[in-house]
Amino acid sequence: MKEEVSLVGVIAILFLYDLIAGEKGRKYFSLITCLLLGGHIIYNFLPTSTSGAVFGGMYYYTPMMTIIKSILTFGTLIVVMQADTWLRREDTKFKQGEFYVLLLSTLLGMFFMIASGHFLMFFIGLEMASIPMATLIAFDKYKHDSAEAGGKYILTAMFSSALLLFGLSLLYGACGTLYFDDIPATLDGNLMQMAAFVFFLAGIGFKISIVPFHLWTADVYQGAPTSVTSFLSVVSKGSAVFVLLTILMKVFAPMVQEWQIIIYGLIVVTITIGNLFAIRQKNIKRFLAFSSISQAGYILLGVIGGTQLGMSSLVYYVLVYMVANLAIFGVVSIIEQRTGMINIEDYNGLYLTNPKLSFLTTLALFSLAGIPPFAGFFSKFFVFMAAFEKGFYVLVIIALLNTIISLYYYLLLVKAMYINKSDSPIESFKSDCYTRTSLVICLIGIVCLGLAGVVYETISLFGYGM
Amino acid sequence: MVAGSTALLILSGVLTYLYLGARADGDTAEMLFRSDWTWYSSLNIKLSLGVDGISVAMLLLSSVIVFTGTFASWKLKDQTKDFFLWFCLLSLGVFGFFITIDLFTMFMFYEIALIPMYLLIGHWGSGRKEYSAMKLTLMLMGASALLLAGILGIYFSSGATTMNILEIAQLHNIPMNAQLLFFPLTFVGFGVLGALFPFHTWSPDGHASAPTAVSMLHAGVLMKLGGYGCFRIAMYLMPEAANELGWIFLILTTISVVYGAYSAIVQTDLKYINAYSSVSHCGLVLFAILMTNQTATTGAVIQMLSHGLMTALFFALIGMIYGRTHTRDIRELAGLMKVMPFLSVCYVIAGLANLGLPGFSGFVAEMTIFVGSFEHVDLFHRVITIIATSSIVITAVYILRLVGRSIYGEVKNPEFLKLKDATWDERVSVIVLVISIAALGILPLWMNNMIGDSVLPIVNTLVSR
Repeated sequence: MKEEVSLVGVIAILFLYDLIAGEKGRKYFSLITCLLLGGHIIYNFLPTSTSGAVFGGMYYYTPMMTIIKSILTFGTLIVVMQADTWLRREDTKFKQGEFYVLLLSTLLGMFFMIASGHFLMFFIGLEMASIPMATLIAFDKYKHDSAEAGGKYILTAMFSSALLLFGLSLLYGACGTLYFDDIPATLDGNLMQMAAFVFFLAGIGFKISIVPFHLWTADVYQGAPTSVTSFLSVVSKGSAVFVLLTILMKVFAPMVQEWQIIIYGLIVVTITIGNLFAIRQKNIKRFLAFSSISQAGYILLGVIGGTQLGMSSLVYYVLVYMVANLAIFGVVSIIEQRTGMINIEDYNGLYLTNPKLSFLTTLALFSLAGIPPFAGFFSKFFVFMAAFEKGFYVLVIIALLNTIISLYYYLLLVKAMYINKSDSPIESFKSDCYTRTSLVICLIGIVCLGLAGVVYETISLFGYGM
Repeated sequence: MVAGSTALLILSGVLTYLYLGARADGDTAEMLFRSDWTWYSSLNIKLSLGVDGISVAMLLLSSVIVFTGTFASWKLKDQTKDFFLWFCLLSLGVFGFFITIDLFTMFMFYEIALIPMYLLIGHWGSGRKEYSAMKLTLMLMGASALLLAGILGIYFSSGATTMNILEIAQLHNIPMNAQLLFFPLTFVGFGVLGALFPFHTWSPDGHASAPTAVSMLHAGVLMKLGGYGCFRIAMYLMPEAANELGWIFLILTTISVVYGAYSAIVQTDLKYINAYSSVSHCGLVLFAILMTNQTATTGAVIQMLSHGLMTALFFALIGMIYGRTHTRDIRELAGLMKVMPFLSVCYVIAGLANLGLPGFSGFVAEMTIFVGSFEHVDLFHRVITIIATSSIVITAVYILRLVGRSIYGEVKNPEFLKLKDATWDERVSVIVLVISIAALGILPLWMNNMIGDSVLPIVNTLVSR
């Protein structure tokens, strides 16, 4: 419970600060938020080696959950740092406090979703993570795109919640309980339970943006403020994929044959379609949206085996993907704030004007593409290992061949920055210290997470299999 | 960079000396100077280092080429720092690949060596550089995808507790059906880098567009990674499948040998000629290791060395000539001997070494390979050897045509008369390479013994199954 309680504390402090702080106090808002979140991470960092349940099995805690929660908080911290420039603009300055409170409420919802031991708890967590998200997406409400994206998100979110609830009610009808502990004993894979599972998967697939539930992704990513997009693409996705893994392993364990087939198909289409659509994108945020769809497919490779290796590699993958993606979004965000440019063509010749930013972006792209010695190579290798270990040879080969397509479009961006010439390149500018700190943290993560084996080792200590 | 590459050269010399010393003292372990660091203990991934005669030879080759490549890019002006940063990363990958004996780390270094290529060619290259860079990177990465599947297959089906090659080879319990699945994946994965026939198309474009030092390192060393990997991983760990499926790959490599040579005849760009010649010669390396006997395999390793040095010399000289004349078309070049005698003489030397003149390394290598291949008594191997041998004649055709057209004759373009001969940094680079080629051609015995001893355990594994 520790994480949730301290996060509620952080939210309460920020809420009160927003009330009492005047014009002057608002200047320090992001600093205070960063410090509080940092303290929160440190306070909850060391996973307690015990696991157990409270509220009669409604709420669970295991060391692995503590780790994933810390990773998500870490991602949120970086997003907060990168959002600073944007929030200081005239039209958003007065609602900074709302941004932080909403952002952290979303995170709190994810915490409950991760820790749930009962489907109602899970649903509450999911909704708590979705509804503030919609307001965040529409945060630039005077911008047409942002408002439209918010509307789109809330409609699709509601639709998928409805599907999920329908699935849950079927499940309740079939099993007579919604406790995670009690369901497996009553599962035998009959038609009703299969239908319940499929509706459940559709609901959660929306959060992870697995193909075919991905249609909202590109529009919302494009319309939302860049900091919110980065939050959506790493934190929201990371939490949902972890929940999917735990529920598949725990609740649907008796139906493992059935769900493996479904996940198999989903991985193939998610990776392939995400990759193929990414090639054609001109807008960098849409480009990253499709790239993140295909990355979600790779993350699911850790789910399919249901093994200890799968779980550890999934959590590790989420962490590695997070630092790389946040690095790119940090760069995109700062460039958008300074120059308003968000097309890939605008990045032509960036290397000549902003060598550091483009170098960092290159490393992050290499990490996403899975090129050693950057962390992405290790995480990809481990999820491939996890799937291969269980004998999914063909799946691994399909995923591997897809890495080449992904390398192609990542290299297109590298090419734009390094090789293409431009008549009007983005001017060189100095970024503010929050962005710079966040980018340095991401850089350290990209380089060190893989080379230092200790990170993965720590995670794998607490992983468990089916 | 100069200091660094000199240090590398000296270090690899010292390593060779130590290695030979240890062998002379009667150390018969398969790999010397072993050291292990656990990296990911829960996944049994270790950083295992160790060298045998083959890798020592390869390290020596790599350091010579990095050294000369540095001198050859002396005049580079455009963003020198970045160029050498990526160049260093490339060299890191190459050296790392040759000293590790762990599947994971080998694969990692292999990929490290590939990616800097994209920026090096794309940014500092010439001609259709963007197209070539993308083609090269994607083809090689595609190969490495197959390779990764192969490596995971080897690891999981061998039931080994580490990814150490020696241990997997010793356990030797990869089931036959797994071998038949993973051997082609691994062999093709490495074979693409070694310019195996249907997958060689990245090589001419890539080499033609790359800047001089990168062409040198790529053709000279990186293509050898392919042959080395095929031998050390694919064939050593899966000997039964290698014997079973070897004939398919023998046919493919024969096609690369002959087809590469024929293609070189019709090219008019100096770099393309050399690139196709590389396809032909690297095909010969793969051809020889598939012969699975000690003589041919030793020849293969010597061929790797010899081709690495020759082709590096070629690319260095082409880069220097191109830097002066701004054309690589042999129809426009003529009479170079009159304007730049030093470079031209060295070009002729490189050409003669390439067509296998006795006294140079090419002769030793090809002789050993064909003698070894002919040891097989069955018809298939003999016929295929004869076909492959014909490439020597074709090599002579394109080399002599090139030399006759562009080096000798009258100067066609009066502009050329103003050009100067090599400067000191270019001379250093060229002379080191020429000396190495001649040394390997005149005194091949110690190298032959060093490699031959190390090849033996692998060949024995192959023959006895």
